[in-house]
Amino acid sequence: MVYKKRLDGRGWEDTRPIEAKAGVIKNADGSAYFKIGKTTAYAAVYGPRELYPRFLQNPKTGILRCFYNMMPFSGMGDRVRPGANRRSKEISMVMEKALGLVVDLHDYPNSTVDVFVELSQTDAGSRCAAICAAAIALADAGIDMKDMVSAVAVGKIDDKIVADLDYHEEAYEEGPVADIPVAMLYNTKEITLLQMDGEVSKEELLNALELAKRVTEKIAQIQIKALKERYAP
Amino acid sequence: MKELKEHTLRLIEEGRRNDGRKHMDYREPVVVTYGISGTAEGSAQVQIGDTIVMAGVKLSIETPYPDTPDQGGIMVNVELYPLSSPEYEPGPPGILAVELARVVDRGIREAKAIDLKKLCIEKGAKAWTVGIDIVTVNDAGNLFDACALAALAALKDAYFPVYKDGELHYEEKSKKKVSLSKEPVSVTVYKFGNSYVIDPNAEESCVYDARLTVASTDDGMLSALQKGGDAPLTVEDVNKMIDIAIEKATFLRKKL
Amino acid sequence: MSLFVNTKDIVAPGEALADGMDYLPGAFTYRQGKKILAKRLGLVNVEGRAIKLIPLSGRYLPKVGDTIIVEVFDITMSGWLVRTNSAYHAMLSTKDISRFVRRDEDLTNYFDIGDCLRVKIVKVTSQNLVDVSMKEPGLTKLSGGKIIKVNPHKVPRIIGKQGSMVSLIKDKTNCLISVGQNGVVWIKGKPDEELLAINAVKKIEAEAHLEGLTEKMTQFLSNGGKNGI
Repeated sequence: MVYKKRLDGRGWEDTRPIEAKAGVIKNADGSAYFKIGKTTAYAAVYGPRELYPRFLQNPKTGILRCFYNMMPFSGMGDRVRPGANRRSKEISMVMEKALGLVVDLHDYPNSTVDVFVELSQTDAGSRCAAICAAAIALADAGIDMKDMVSAVAVGKIDDKIVADLDYHEEAYEEGPVADIPVAMLYNTKEITLLQMDGEVSKEELLNALELAKRVTEKIAQIQIKALKERYAP
Repeated sequence: MKELKEHTLRLIEEGRRNDGRKHMDYREPVVVTYGISGTAEGSAQVQIGDTIVMAGVKLSIETPYPDTPDQGGIMVNVELYPLSSPEYEPGPPGILAVELARVVDRGIREAKAIDLKKLCIEKGAKAWTVGIDIVTVNDAGNLFDACALAALAALKDAYFPVYKDGELHYEEKSKKKVSLSKEPVSVTVYKFGNSYVIDPNAEESCVYDARLTVASTDDGMLSALQKGGDAPLTVEDVNKMIDIAIEKATFLRKKL
Repeated sequence: MSLFVNTKDIVAPGEALADGMDYLPGAFTYRQGKKILAKRLGLVNVEGRAIKLIPLSGRYLPKVGDTIIVEVFDITMSGWLVRTNSAYHAMLSTKDISRFVRRDEDLTNYFDIGDCLRVKIVKVTSQNLVDVSMKEPGLTKLSGGKIIKVNPHKVPRIIGKQGSMVSLIKDKTNCLISVGQNGVVWIKGKPDEELLAINAVKKIEAEAHLEGLTEKMTQFLSNGGKNGI
């Protein structure tokens, strides 16, 4: 049983169709909408703003806080109970790390930049979509960023290295599967998020990371375009 | 804040508002979009001016309550997301979210819009629960009307998932709609001084005296009432506000 | 050794602006290896060999010398604490207002919670603690009227060259208008004209980076707020 063709007919290196838009939530200082296949993320950035309680403040720099959440009707099966759970806390934390490395808040000591991401529907790749949406929203909010951050889940199904696994591919049972969410910087191709779920050899992983370089570059161009379109005449 | 209140009140007394609308104008646009979430059994987005909310219906199978063994259930929850306003913090629902959810719930439940007996699958053992979750995406005022309209629209969009051989297949929608016998629409009328106003924007929402949310169906029957705000209402106020709510409900109903 | 962008191009963080040591990284850009990269969403400005960006967005960062509009939110032993529409509040000390305040006086006699003031920033510490003053002429309490908030980066456009844009709005609407560098704008006039002035300011904010704004605004204001174009 070899995976001969992707379930939805895509090429091995193709992502699902992507839509991105900046400035979608008026109350926020910056915001974005990022949709890949059916996975849809809304991100809003508030800040730099005052940070309480006091003990969280950093006198040398502003901090970045991320909050990832799924809307109750966004799961593939049962309703998702509102509120933070272990998975959403972990994702929030890795998002903070992935984005915190590029953001420069030295001009804003003791303050916070809060990023909220809500998923209205999910079909795998939600943490990557969340990071892409958050990166657009941070730039939209006028936060200093050294680079654009883009994320995609690359991986392996049987013997094929693929980009942007969807839910059914993640659940593939006829052979080995690895789901590898990666976040990369546009210029340096440095990795700011890397997780792996499944079984993969080192060689396969390195191939997947090379694929991630090509794919995140294309995604970054979409994110940059969304930002420019916001201000186009 | 007191300057804002005086300023807003002065304008309203002169028949105007701080954004140029008349007292009985909803902001523009008022748009209902169906099917905004493929993972929900039914979903909708409602936009009123800059306020944007989303609602999704999830259907699950539960054991009926012992005192109503042949009935299914409805459950309404509202989340005020920090995404939607700098005023909200992450955490469990505050009292405003709870009030919104309960008022929307009563509007639908008391109108008997959904026949709970039709939700029964096996008496005493299995029945459908209709879970309606409403979330805010951009809060620019008048959440009562937006949330209620979104809940109703999501219900109109809802199909039961396939339930075969004791298994729920969420990825397959059946042809069976969640049927609504009535369409209760909520309109909240706000009192500023001696004037009545609908659909306050974010600024107006900070300085009103009292409000009355009225859920009505198109036969003129009321299915829910909720008074809020720090000032009292006279019986005469309530009389007039209900008339306004029923009339404006027709406007909102056309947007569905 | 090349320049990838032109003045007035919109660039996003991470985009390469130039390659080679001929160009110098100015505001909101930085050098990485041989390349100069953007660090902010902004408009490119190339002057000679210096490339800088003019930000399109971002919350206000208090700066010494800025005239800003603030709101009193607390009163202490020695003055008033004010909100500045930024991540930092500011302190207006009793010794920095133009009247003499006796030691035992009730400070609400001067300014109360909720009052809007036009002040000048006189000190910003390394931790962004901010002191403001009202000692200069023109700095005063703003009574009545309406406050709106705009993107602080659009303030120069709203004011215009030598105040030409804000004067245009004042003339055509008979309103008093004060524009704070922190993006807080105070407008006072008759209801219809106030609304027109507010809409005019919002229009400039939305279209600040586009061409032909002065003509558009003249037409907009003359038409009573309807777009000619």
